[in-house]
Parts: sequence; C-alpha cells; structure tokens
Amino acid sequence: MPSLGADMEAGRIVEWNVKPGDVVRRGDIVVLVETDKGIVEVEIFENGVLEKILVEPGAKVPCGTLLATLKEAGAPAISAAPSPPPAPPPPTPAVAAAPSPPAPAVATVPPPARGVRASPLARRLAARLGVDLAKVRGTGESNAITRTDVLHAAHGAGVAGAPPPTPAALPPPPPAAGARSAAMRRAIAAAMARSKREIPHYYLGTTIDLRPLTTWLAEENARRPVTARLLPAALFLRAVALAAREVPEMNGFWVDDRFQAADGVHLGVGIALRQEGLVAPAIHDVDRKKVDEVMRDMLDLVKRVRAGTVRSSELSDATLTVTNLGDQGVETVYGVIYPPQVALVGFGRIVERPWAVDGAVGVHPAVACTLAADHRASDGHRGGRFLAAVDRLLQHPEAL
Amino acid sequence: MTPEEIRATIARVLGEIAPEVDLSTLAPGADMRSALDIDSVDFLNFVLGLHAALGIDIPEADYPKLATLEGATAYLMARGRGGLPPTS
Repeated sequence: MPSLGADMEAGRIVEWNVKPGDVVRRGDIVVLVETDKGIVEVEIFENGVLEKILVEPGAKVPCGTLLATLKEAGAPAISAAPSPPPAPPPPTPAVAAAPSPPAPAVATVPPPARGVRASPLARRLAARLGVDLAKVRGTGESNAITRTDVLHAAHGAGVAGAPPPTPAALPPPPPAAGARSAAMRRAIAAAMARSKREIPHYYLGTTIDLRPLTTWLAEENARRPVTARLLPAALFLRAVALAAREVPEMNGFWVDDRFQAADGVHLGVGIALRQEGLVAPAIHDVDRKKVDEVMRDMLDLVKRVRAGTVRSSELSDATLTVTNLGDQGVETVYGVIYPPQVALVGFGRIVERPWAVDGAVGVHPAVACTLAADHRASDGHRGGRFLAAVDRLLQHPEAL
Repeated sequence: MTPEEIRATIARVLGEIAPEVDLSTLAPGADMRSALDIDSVDFLNFVLGLHAALGIDIPEADYPKLATLEGATAYLMARGRGGLPPTS
C-alpha cells in the first residue's frame, strides 16, 4: 500500500484491474484504492508479471503493506509492491485487516439492472460499491455507464442509502460521505499540525504587475479556439516552476534532517473539494512543459479530482505546492507548507491597483504572490530571489 | 435543439464538474459559479464540455452570458441556431 502523501496512514482496496498472470508495465494502473481523500488509481512502478494478489478488495491495510507479488517475465518470483514504499513494515495479513461485512437484517440484493448499458468493469465496481446501476446516469458512448460514472455515484451521493451488496461474498461498502469527511478532516489535521510543529516557516510577499500578462492573454485567447485557451493560473505555474529551477532550495523535501533537492519540478496544485477538505495533486515536470501542456494538464487534473479518480503518482510526488485562492476573492495567501515539502507559493485575486511607472500613476492589474518557506532549508534572502524570479518571468508571458 | 435538450446538456456537463451537487436545487437565475462553488478552472471545463457537446465555440467575452442556467440556455439556443454571431 503506497503512501500517497504525508497524511495517509491506510487505504482500502476497491478493485484490482489485473489478475495473476497478467503482464504489467511501469505506469499501468493496477489497483483502485480508497483513501480519506477519495479513490486513487494506483500505478505500478515495475515491469513484470503479476504473480499473486495478497490483499483482496474491501480490505483496509496500513501504508507499507505488501499488496501483491510480481515476477519478471520468465524469471523466478520477486516480490514487489505497486510502488516503492519507504522501508515497508512486515506485511500485514490481509484477512486480519479486513473488517467483517455488516450483516444486514434482511438480505436485500439489488436487482440486476436490466436494459442498462455498462462496461463489465463498471458493473463489477457497482456491485462492490453497492451502487444501483439503474440510478446512475451514463456519460459514455450511447450513454453507457462508465467506471467513472459509478465512482461519481458512489462518491457524490455516498452509498449510505444504497442497498447493501450480497452479504457473504462482497466486501463492506466504503464509509458514507459523512464518515469520509471526518476522516479527511483528521488527515488534514495531522499533516498541518505536523507542519506547524516541525517546520519553522518564514513568509515573504510581493505584488506583481500583471498588465503585460493580462494584455497578452486577452489577445492570445481571442485568437485561440475554446479548446486552446489559457488561464492566468497556467502562466503562474510555469513562472513558479522556472523560478524553482533558478532557486532549487524551494523545490524538494526535508528528510532525515537535511534538505534533498528534487530532480524535476512537480507542482502540487491545491484543489478544494466541495464537500470537505482539499487535495494537492501534482502536475509533473512543469519546468519542462510548454504552457499549453500545463494548461491541459491542469484542466484534466481538476476534472479527475472532481470525478474522484486521481493517480497515485500525482498524490505522492509533488515537490512544491502552489495554491491559488483568487477565485475565493482573497488578495493574499499565507501558506502552510505540506511536509516533507519545503515551500508553498500562494497567489491571490487579480485586482486593479494604482501603479506608478516612470513617475506617473496608472491603473494596472496586479496579484499578490506569497512564499511560505522552511527556514531549515533556506533563508529569506533566497526566498526573496525566488519571488523576484517569479515576478521577472511573469513580465514576459510570451516566453512562458 | 429544443430548450429542454439544451438544459439537459447543461445539466450533464455541470454534473461532470460538480458531481456532488444536486442541480434540482439550483435556481434558474442564480449565479452558478457562486451557487455551485465553481472556480475558473471548473468554469473553463464547463465551457469546454458545452463546446464538445454542442459544437459551439464560445468566445471568452461571452462567458458572463453563461453565468446563470436561464442565461446559458438562452445564449446557447441563439448561438446553436446560428442566428446570432458571438458578441465579441
């Protein structure tokens, strides 16, 4: 069971996408795991052949638990978890960790949904999650119900009111929305309390002139079809990523009493969930992507977070987090760092401000950009260099 | 397309962006962004979803016309018939 962030302690297997004997490749989504932050698609980090599944759907196991074994194609069995957890504790027997299914007073099995178009995977998932397919709106080809639709139904509405699945064979349904909210609240509490307890934060802020950026963006977007339009946030992410390359002390982790700079710039993007809490999944290699690609990734990421299908690599490997609370109307963000990261960059609302240029005052759009950084890893001087770089880069939006 | 079909399309696209929201509680004249807690990325996904479903390229200057359910329905009806050019 991979640890998908500092605040995750355990996860529940929802569905295996592979069976023993299947060939798997690095990056394949092999298993769906339910965490306090929703259902995550877990990718595998090795090539090979799945040998044995050790934890069955429905079982909730701590991070580090061995979920399955893998062997190299045509080689003797090797053991491998779907991702490399740091120093995994001895495997916990899956059976012991699985809570026993609730025993409903009357065994009501949902009637098979007739005349409903759904993929086999969607049907299996619906059965596992106790979702009645007849009540799910399909968004696939010819309105077929997809796996995502089932996850929506289970996620959005919660499954507390759904009829229980077949009593004996099936795992218990996931916790209802209320219980999940409480669990997410606790997970955030644990991570943020650790942050405030362990990380000596320092805070810097600057107000950035956005006239070049908004002018360029308006012209650019008027020219572009709707499918290629950009939001200021995509340019902010690019500027932060390039600034992080210039000032690498902002990009990485504080582990074992020392700073470890990260190789790539994977920007965590703070996304508030409407029901409760937030997640900050990563957009990978923002420093090496074109702004159009970052924009597409951001749209896709937010869409998948809303649908409750984030990938494990996105939740576990952000190297620096950016939070943009401008949509909420706030002007300034005072960030709390997400451990083990060492910095968080905040953007507020874009506001019109009197702005003095060459002795004359004009009205310019501007944004407050703030940095919360770990004083163990860097000092204010370097933090200042970082914000100055963000400012400088945003003055040339066409180069981002 | 009939107003009903347009409304159903809007509801389906909104459902993808805000699956946890009960759209039956959304007043036709309410600002969807604040009523549904939709941010700018969600809103662009909404516009992209409408574009994919209806084939209408909505210019950025017309985004405010999509703020409410009834406004969006009227706008998409007019654009869908090809009767009105984009205002920008």
